[in-house]
Amino acid sequence: MENITCACGHSNPYGTKLCEKCGRPLTEEEKQNKVVDMRYDGTAIRSKTYNKSIIDKIWNFFSSVKVGISLIIITLVTASLGTLLPQEMYVNAPDAVKPAYYEKVYGWFGKFYNNLGLSDLYSSWWFQIIVGMLGVSIIIASLDRGIPLYKSLKNQRVKRHESFMKRQRIVAEGQVTASPDEVLDKVEKKMKEMKYNVRRDGSALLAERGRFSRFGPYINHVGLILFLAGVMLRLVPGFYVDESIVVREGETRAITGMDGYFIENRDFILETHNNTPQGEQLKQGVNVVAKNFQTDITLYKQPEGAIAGDTSNLEKVKDYSIRVNHPLKEKGFALYQMGYRLDELKQMNFALKNKETGQSLGEVGIDLTNPEKEYDLGNGISIKLLVYTPDFSGFDNGAPQTASSAPNNPAFLFKMITPQTPEGETSFVEIQNTIEPLGYNQYEMKFAGIETRDSTTITIRKDRTIPILFVGGIIFMIGVAIGSYWNHRRLWLQVEPDGRVVMAAHVNKNMFSMKKDLDAVTEYAGLPQYTDQLDTIAEDEENASNGNKEEKGDNTL
Amino acid sequence: MDKKKKRLVSRTIILAILALAIGYTVYGTATKDKVELVKVGSEAPDFTLVDLDGEKHKLSDYKGQGVFLNFWGTWCKPCEKEMPAMDRQYQVFKDQGVQTLAVNIAQTDFEVQNFVDKYELSFPVVIDKTKDVMTTYNVGNLPATVMIDPDGKVAKIITGEMTEADIASYMELVKPE
Repeated sequence: MENITCACGHSNPYGTKLCEKCGRPLTEEEKQNKVVDMRYDGTAIRSKTYNKSIIDKIWNFFSSVKVGISLIIITLVTASLGTLLPQEMYVNAPDAVKPAYYEKVYGWFGKFYNNLGLSDLYSSWWFQIIVGMLGVSIIIASLDRGIPLYKSLKNQRVKRHESFMKRQRIVAEGQVTASPDEVLDKVEKKMKEMKYNVRRDGSALLAERGRFSRFGPYINHVGLILFLAGVMLRLVPGFYVDESIVVREGETRAITGMDGYFIENRDFILETHNNTPQGEQLKQGVNVVAKNFQTDITLYKQPEGAIAGDTSNLEKVKDYSIRVNHPLKEKGFALYQMGYRLDELKQMNFALKNKETGQSLGEVGIDLTNPEKEYDLGNGISIKLLVYTPDFSGFDNGAPQTASSAPNNPAFLFKMITPQTPEGETSFVEIQNTIEPLGYNQYEMKFAGIETRDSTTITIRKDRTIPILFVGGIIFMIGVAIGSYWNHRRLWLQVEPDGRVVMAAHVNKNMFSMKKDLDAVTEYAGLPQYTDQLDTIAEDEENASNGNKEEKGDNTL
Repeated sequence: MDKKKKRLVSRTIILAILALAIGYTVYGTATKDKVELVKVGSEAPDFTLVDLDGEKHKLSDYKGQGVFLNFWGTWCKPCEKEMPAMDRQYQVFKDQGVQTLAVNIAQTDFEVQNFVDKYELSFPVVIDKTKDVMTTYNVGNLPATVMIDPDGKVAKIITGEMTEADIASYMELVKPE
């Protein structure tokens, strides 16, 4: 890995194709070429030069453009596989039965798809590793090419060796009759007029314009990496919250993901359009159209330093009506309505009645959120509540069981005490069914109405990564624009004291614009006519009927 | 030579950072959906809740003692099953400096009182009406038990049903010296 010393005396890093100082071709291959490869301005691509330790080998792997393109293709193909069937998180089935769901709905293909892990592709470890490797490839490939290119463009000399100039695509050679200084002055003036930066060194001149366009791809990569980093940050605690809670009317609940905040659901409102279905509505069989979903809430906050569960000194933050497109916003969090449930049981009313006469001895209302042990109706009449199961699911050893804490199917075990039955009669009451476990009763608890309440499912979202994604996207687009709509034009000119002129030009894309500038300056300063070597090569090749040479020199980075 | 070393070091550092970032992403996604209670070894979040007699129980008041913190509900069968065993072990360990605190998830006083009476539970039972403590401890499935050592640090997290022998060994774990 020795440095290569050029004939001009400059020592170049191993792998350099064109001398950094004078531009002489350094490799045999470059010497053979009639037009040099100006990609990266002939600098040594760092990774190509050292290949010793394991670290260097990994580095070189990721630096390779071939590897990068392969990773892009792999990412695209696998990502599109994930769109063939709905992903697991969008499947409406409990986690445990999701594999069965795929088989049931999509047959053998669904089973195969699920078994391969494609049904949860985007959060699979291997997909993330592929995307991560793509990120690594972008970073390393950019470092390996961008930094040497920047250094080389920054340090470029005005005076280049003839062998470099003659290998450019645009070359002109000839004699001028005017004095060398006059020619150089004229060229400088004209090029400056055309917004070129002009530097002179003795008999040599370098005019350059739009150098920054060479960095478009790297700017674009910075945006991409920022975007990927933003997506990754979602996993860091505090950056991304996506939770949901159910809050019933009248209930105050701690907000998951929003420490120290509580929400009270004061009222859920569902309004519908009161119209007779007609036209499209009728065709599609839609009876009712919602006009408004609204949850009136109060947001509370614990005082500073309060500990969990301490709701004694809650401070009211604000009242708000959450509606569609009007989430509650607070401290970077947004609270949306994601669902609702109408008419959950809140209170059940019963009348104590004599079964034979039908005479009512009074009514009790049992608040399901706070049932009492005993309801006294006066005159020696009382109802004792022995057992309450909110979601009755059957008996186990004679004891009523509940399947959940939600009042989906309330059942009660009552003891009815009246002057006639001072010992009390036991009655088990569930919806539409009464059991008298201890024999015949004179009295019964007759269902006498309900009160209900609604509940809202509220989703709590916070995404601090959005500004990062936004900035990443903007930088990405700026990079694309710089790389696409601007180009890097350079003109080298040497006028010897005897009037001999050598001129060369290079542009990384849009040769037309360069030629336009060249035509202008050639005419103004009376320079010899240039030739486009690619045209001559093409002609040569046609003559030799040897059409195997690739066009190089255009579209360089 | 020096330059080569510098290059090797910088490349190693860059590759290590990138590998860490990928590793973190993969790990983070893999554990994202898992219900993670508070972390073992970290400070147990302090809380205060009211029991059936209206008495306040604050976790930090138990500093110096081990705490057996159990989250439960009356509808949860395994919770129901382990309660009598918890009560027996509470009787054994309460004089050795291990407290038991059962946190019910937002049920009515009536149901909780009925349950306590039915199993004659002697340890304090508090109700987390606003689910604030449940949220703070990130409790997903019941039963969930958090063992807190005398320094107030989480010593062990148990999700699912425990046998009486399990309960005894966990209480032994947080017993003060």
